[in-house]
Amino acid sequence: MNRQAQAAVLFLLGASLLHAGTTDLYLRYVKTGLRPLLLLAAAVLITAALATAWYERKRTKEGPKGGGHHHEPRVAWLLILPVLALILVAPPALGSYSATRTGTALQEPLAYPNLPSGDPLPLSLVDYAGRAAYDHGRTLGDRRVRLTGFVALDRAGTPYLVRMALSCCAADAQPVKVGLTGHIPPILQPDTWLEITGTYTARRTADPVNNGPIPFIEVTEAKPVPAPQDPYDESWNN
Amino acid sequence: MATTRTAPPVEVKEAQAAAKAAEPESGPESRSPLLLVVVLLLLVLLQSPIRRALSAPVMQNWTTVFVAVVVQALPFLVLGVLLSAAIAVFVPPSFFARALPNRPALAVPVAGAAGAVLPGCECASVPVAGALVRRGVAPAAALAFLLSAPAINPIVLTATAVAFPRNPEMVLARLVASLLVACAMGWLWLKLGRTDWLRPPSAHGAHDGQSKGAAFWGSVRHDVMHAGGFLVVGAMAAATLKAVVPEQWLRATADSPLLSVLALAILAVLLSICSEADAFVAASLSQFSLTARLTFLVVGPMIDLKLFAMQAGTFGRGFALRFAPATFALAVLASVLTGAVLL
Repeated sequence: MNRQAQAAVLFLLGASLLHAGTTDLYLRYVKTGLRPLLLLAAAVLITAALATAWYERKRTKEGPKGGGHHHEPRVAWLLILPVLALILVAPPALGSYSATRTGTALQEPLAYPNLPSGDPLPLSLVDYAGRAAYDHGRTLGDRRVRLTGFVALDRAGTPYLVRMALSCCAADAQPVKVGLTGHIPPILQPDTWLEITGTYTARRTADPVNNGPIPFIEVTEAKPVPAPQDPYDESWNN
Repeated sequence: MATTRTAPPVEVKEAQAAAKAAEPESGPESRSPLLLVVVLLLLVLLQSPIRRALSAPVMQNWTTVFVAVVVQALPFLVLGVLLSAAIAVFVPPSFFARALPNRPALAVPVAGAAGAVLPGCECASVPVAGALVRRGVAPAAALAFLLSAPAINPIVLTATAVAFPRNPEMVLARLVASLLVACAMGWLWLKLGRTDWLRPPSAHGAHDGQSKGAAFWGSVRHDVMHAGGFLVVGAMAAATLKAVVPEQWLRATADSPLLSVLALAILAVLLSICSEADAFVAASLSQFSLTARLTFLVVGPMIDLKLFAMQAGTFGRGFALRFAPATFALAVLASVLTGAVLL
């Protein structure tokens, strides 16, 4: 690969990072906090591309004698792949396939702060799962709560509402699952996003993958919603 | 994706075969922009079949993890590359001669401890270590830095503390075990290492006659193309593992203390998670003992698929093939010992 082609690849790489960072696309792959670094990296890559092209022009004007020819390894061609994957394919955020293959990552919460008022109360799925599984729903009582997540069905057909919890990038994303019982819609399509209103139930099960606890929620109402801007739960970052 | 993955190397070969007939100076070099345009055009034309091929859940999962690993690592790679270019161009070699003790045996722990100041994950430390070797730092010291930097910097240790709120001793254990391995590997290199294993990354082109700006951006370009290409290889390997290997296999090993340590060590190598995030994954592997999870945290930042590919690219394959197994063995040993004392 000669320097002109390298400049082009650097530019494309920087431009695709810029594209991902200036839209919500990056939220499908990495945590929110990475955005400034992502934009900075894009700026550096684009500058490097322009600088390479500029110095290359200067060099060829001065004649071919300056600066030895040397190949960059062929592996550098592979840098086109992430560019294509980002621009052409833009794969979706991790969904039910990943969720059913990975065990629930629910951790015991440090404390159970009192719930604010509101009916139904919007609650993060991870928060509900922690209170339900480790505090036996003591702080939940019979409050109506509202959870958002996507649908995943295990092999037996049990429906779960899932949120992938992420700490850095999708490679470390792990599901937190809440089982659905009560008035669940008759047809559940995996990966559709639902907003569930329901109350605590003592029913629970163990995740077949890692034996982790999966609490249930008694559903009173379920309606499909568009996927949220940030599909991952990032509460572990704070 | 199959088409995208195999197309470039094949076409490069064709171009080079064709170029052999042409004059050597302007052979494959002058053709690569044309080649790039052809490859890109083909892929844009074929985008709907490619999208269809990628719509199966396994392939979608693969592509998402692949993109995520690359997007997550690139900013840190760029940071490391900028630092390494700055070291290569603006810091005179005499600085390191003064900053590090003269005796390499002493320089090793100093360089290892200095790893604490590089805020970032392992992708940043590979190009920086390469630049240190180029600037005349003893390879043993540079290697100690390479191993310790991603594991013991404040960001990573804070993340570990957050991930293990009930076991603060994990932070200390991680720090101690990682420093131990970094120093042990440095000293091992002093004793057994041979310079001809290490391909000095000096193919970088002489900086003489170049302006500082040209040298700086030349170094940035070279490092991104080099390490970036290998980063893509590592990301593909990690994505394949994540999308294909079922987690149940892991569970089977959790009951045996010895097997669980080995299983998590191997998992750390295969998963190639950024060292800033691995503590959260380790915390969720709660069916395993703390010592096994410590092994995961010590091995991961020092050797994984992505790092191996990048080390091979920077220091040469002969080096990586010897360095990686030794690091792995020492990291497991140090974690078990530290775990026995501290956890």
